[in-house]
Amino acid sequence: MNRADAPSRHLGILKHSLFWPVTVLIVMLLANVIFTRDFLAIRIEQGHLYGSLIDILLFGAPLILVALGMTMVIATGGVDLSVGATVAISGALACDLIAKGHGLPVAIGAAIGASLLLGLWNGLLVTRLGIQPIIATLILMVAGRGIAQLITGGQIITINNQGYKLIGGGYWLGLPFAIILVAVALVVTVVLTRRTALGLLIESVGGNAQASRLAGIRSSGLIVLAYVFCGLCAGVAGLMISSNTLSADGNNAGLWIELDAILAVVLGGTALTGGRFSLAGTVLGALIIQTLDTTIYTAGIPPRTTLVFSAAVVTIVCLLQSPAFRARFTRKRPERPADPVSTGPKQEVTA
Amino acid sequence: MAAPVLEMEGISKGFPGVQALQDVSFRLFPGEVHGLMGENGAGKSTLIKVLTGVHTADAGLVTIDDVDTLIRGPLHAQRLGISTVYQEVNLCPNLSVAENIFIGREPRRFGRIDWKQINRRATELLARLGLDLDVTAQLGSCSLAVQQLIAIVRAVDLKAKVLILDEPTSSLDRGEVARLFSVMRRLKADGVAILFVSHFLEQIYEICDRVTVLRNGGLVGEYPIGELSRLDLVAKMTGQELTALEELDEASPDVVKGERLLALEGVGRTGAIDPVDLDLHAGEVVGFAGLLGSGRSELARLIFGADSADTGVIRTGGGPVALKGPRAAIDQGIAFCPEDRKGDGLIMDLTVEENIILALQVSRGWLKPLSQRKREELVGSYIKALRIHPPHPYALVKNLSGGNQQKVLLARWLITRPKLLILDEPTRGIDIGAKTEIQKLVVSLAGDGMGVVFISAELEEVLRISHKIEVLRDRRLVAELDNDGTLTPEHILQTIANGAADS
Repeated sequence: MNRADAPSRHLGILKHSLFWPVTVLIVMLLANVIFTRDFLAIRIEQGHLYGSLIDILLFGAPLILVALGMTMVIATGGVDLSVGATVAISGALACDLIAKGHGLPVAIGAAIGASLLLGLWNGLLVTRLGIQPIIATLILMVAGRGIAQLITGGQIITINNQGYKLIGGGYWLGLPFAIILVAVALVVTVVLTRRTALGLLIESVGGNAQASRLAGIRSSGLIVLAYVFCGLCAGVAGLMISSNTLSADGNNAGLWIELDAILAVVLGGTALTGGRFSLAGTVLGALIIQTLDTTIYTAGIPPRTTLVFSAAVVTIVCLLQSPAFRARFTRKRPERPADPVSTGPKQEVTA
Repeated sequence: MAAPVLEMEGISKGFPGVQALQDVSFRLFPGEVHGLMGENGAGKSTLIKVLTGVHTADAGLVTIDDVDTLIRGPLHAQRLGISTVYQEVNLCPNLSVAENIFIGREPRRFGRIDWKQINRRATELLARLGLDLDVTAQLGSCSLAVQQLIAIVRAVDLKAKVLILDEPTSSLDRGEVARLFSVMRRLKADGVAILFVSHFLEQIYEICDRVTVLRNGGLVGEYPIGELSRLDLVAKMTGQELTALEELDEASPDVVKGERLLALEGVGRTGAIDPVDLDLHAGEVVGFAGLLGSGRSELARLIFGADSADTGVIRTGGGPVALKGPRAAIDQGIAFCPEDRKGDGLIMDLTVEENIILALQVSRGWLKPLSQRKREELVGSYIKALRIHPPHPYALVKNLSGGNQQKVLLARWLITRPKLLILDEPTRGIDIGAKTEIQKLVVSLAGDGMGVVFISAELEEVLRISHKIEVLRDRRLVAELDNDGTLTPEHILQTIANGAADS
């Protein structure tokens, strides 16, 4: 996916942009084996897959989804702080409609429709009114919680609907349905951005908006699309979260998920300044965050130190990702002899 | 004349790959307005930055009031009595006029800021320069011209001996310029030395006592303005020595003027370019000649729809068109390589291939991506044809040299097969080999029937490849010259210096 690396392929796997996220994830998974012997084991009970790895995927599903949407927004040079609120609104709307006796299609349709509208709102604030993305989406981040609470009437709505339970807590073909949903979303996103020219146009707008305009790109449409997509992802994640517990909590559903999602995107190697994005990196980033959460439980880290622990791990991962930091340790290494084929004047290779 | 307040001797300053200043000397006397002249890249900004302590010179001596001085930074420069007012005023728009004048050194009374005194003294300072303003108004509510004057007032009250005005007039209208000049004259009478940078020749002749001309990082000379004709000044800035005309006989290829592609009728934009009438034909290279700020780029941007015109009509063969944006222009077969390759042209973090296919991909729409094979074929053939180095489609554009970046930008538009290609300074800052290649390419493209607009500050280059030359000055199209083989750089310089015959 990362075509920029092609000329440096001979410099090895170390230079691949996904090398560090993958390494960190593997190290974390292996570290868990120390605390839990059968951590990596996957067993089949009653035709369903179980195990810690499946749990990480399942519990991480909403985050992966939100982070996918966030990746597109960040690639345009923006950021969306309102995804947590969208998660809450979407879950609240679906549960409220189900509790009032509406059918599943109506409830889900309304929740998705509302999420798309919220994304459109953000996109229009950013493009039409020219408000900085962080401020434009902050409006909905704050106000959205209020909307969610209005829908739930300030209560936690609980429902009993096995069909709805499938989305976030059910199994299909032996796998948790949420994982399948995320896999489909990932494939659709990859196809949409990499099999069409959409990804190139988004990276172009995020890389240099002025030059993109002079190349004929109508960037506002693309940016709105990114926010709408991000809203959609958050909406589906909201359905998952509320479906998993069969309840809607306007106050706490999706709380701080925007920050985890931004972190996942950054861990995956997409710069907050926009431009180049990596969907695979984002998925890895989200998995790192979820694995970290799981590790805190399985390793029995006392609750009062969990935040410090995760802060430490995130700091380490970020440092590993930073080329400037790595250069401090690799600078002394003698230069590899240049590949005889590449006789270009520039020996410096970008990672 | 008294001793100079400021003397710079043998200043050199290099950046990786560029020698920005080479052994430049400069003097400034109290009570004079001194113009610093030169085209883009001549080293004006670097010289000013050395003077204000932003850059440290690699070699050379700065003497202020006969004392050798090492300027350690902008703040230090200010303390030494050197103040700068930039084109973009860097004051705080959310504070009042008076606050801006006294920010960082507010008069205090019993440990608290003495607002009465601030406002009173601000009013006095402004009055001394003949300005009557409400000092409690927010700076942001004042016009840009007034903001500049306030920045000057602040600089002067900081006991400035040397005041640097870096292109202060480029966004001012005539009345505002007159007001600025009257303030400058008062300061001059008070003994302040003013360094004035402007691209407008008329203003230089109106306000300056002496000028120093730089070219390509070197000093051309220092002249009393009265002893330097406009023609000489332009010649010294552009380096077109009027004797060097020997190459002219290879002049322009045969004109095979094709159908009319575009007709501009009174197309203009306030503050950018006065209304222009212009016809552009297939197979014809039209050169835009003029100094920086003459409106040559602004006119190009109007034709491409990068900025929208507020007057006039643009017609194609099919009738009037509204070029509302670049996309509309591209749909009409117009392509535009902007002057600022890095800022307006290329996406530096993307690859050569992505940058080349961008415009073609955009006009195809995102749903119809070019296949991998088609991309390799197209990009490969243009890398070869334009000899882009390194010849690797997956190299990042930011790692290429300026000339190769320019070729990538050219390739982007050539693969869209435009009818009209607008090139704004396509050869600036690139080495002589790439320069010749690009010139030859332009000639052969026109031979194949493409219409070309070629903008360059180098008159010889414009003459060599253009069939028709539009001369611009002070945001106006002042003349249209046929390059019939008898035209010389001298003619063009003359026209630039004097304007149209009647003005």
